[in-house]
Amino acid sequence: MHSFGYRANALLTFAITILALMCAMASLSDNLNSPTPSAEVLVLNINWFQKQPNGNDEVSMTLNISADLQSLFTWNTKQVFVFLAAEYETPKNSLNQISLWDGIIPSKEHSKFWIHTSNKYRFIDQGSNLRSKEFNLTLHWHVMPKTGKMFADKMDADP
Amino acid sequence: MGWIGETVDSVRSIRLREAFSQTITLGLIVTSALIIWKGLICITGSESPVVVVLSESMEPGFKRGDILFLHMSKDPIHTGEIIVFNIDGRDIPIVHRVIKVHERQDTGEVYILTKGDNNDIDDINLYAPGQRWLLQHHIMGRAVGFLPYAGWITIIITEKPLLKYILIGALGLLVITSKD
Repeated sequence: MHSFGYRANALLTFAITILALMCAMASLSDNLNSPTPSAEVLVLNINWFQKQPNGNDEVSMTLNISADLQSLFTWNTKQVFVFLAAEYETPKNSLNQISLWDGIIPSKEHSKFWIHTSNKYRFIDQGSNLRSKEFNLTLHWHVMPKTGKMFADKMDADP
Repeated sequence: MGWIGETVDSVRSIRLREAFSQTITLGLIVTSALIIWKGLICITGSESPVVVVLSESMEPGFKRGDILFLHMSKDPIHTGEIIVFNIDGRDIPIVHRVIKVHERQDTGEVYILTKGDNNDIDDINLYAPGQRWLLQHHIMGRAVGFLPYAGWITIIITEKPLLKYILIGALGLLVITSKD
């Protein structure tokens, strides 16, 4: 009963149980945080508009994104992945969601930012519906924890 | 002569009983592992509820050797979600983030484009030749939970098969020789 193997096994089991419990508690503690982020996005300019050979519309624009995501960070946060999505409806598609820009925020110090950029990913429609189209700009964020459950949320970024 | 035979018999019966109980213990371990795995498949709805990250394409979020927990729900996939998908002609599933979604008005079908956080370009070149979009049937699940480092043991075992046999042998020996 009190052999070396038995004790080593008991110690290992105990250590792993404690580790698992601490991971679970760290993940659960994220629920105590109620973040209040803010963001504003301005479309400064439509740079160009083209019809691709296959008939799809493509548009390029200049964006100004400012956001304050400091409240998303907790002690269990590894990074926050933030992206700006254009969302619109067309006769063919009930939902079109296109990521225009994204970024990885590694720490709380970098989570209040301001960026002036053209769209990082190509804004291409499935068809030719983009001319004078109204679309919603939504800022989404995905919180990646050090361990445990991942969180995601979004906010309307139109001014 | 008589008592020698009796002793031999009694020893043999003890061995037999021990061997039986060892086999049952081993069987219990194997079946409970199977029950947990199949139970997870039922709960999560994903054919593979736990995956190990194998590539660096999602760094710094997910590193090689991290474990992801998948969930497969009826909700349509949206941009920003991290999904695990299979490409026809490839046997290793890929973990990447969705950057574009088009959802059909009439059929509700979704057209999905993905990209790895650490890659410079989207995944069109990773897809099967001629494939432009991922469809629902390519998707194995979306990542909902994360556990760092815990998948290293699987990576080591798959890359060094010898180690696997040593480990299995050692565990088997331990089960057979243990007395309690």
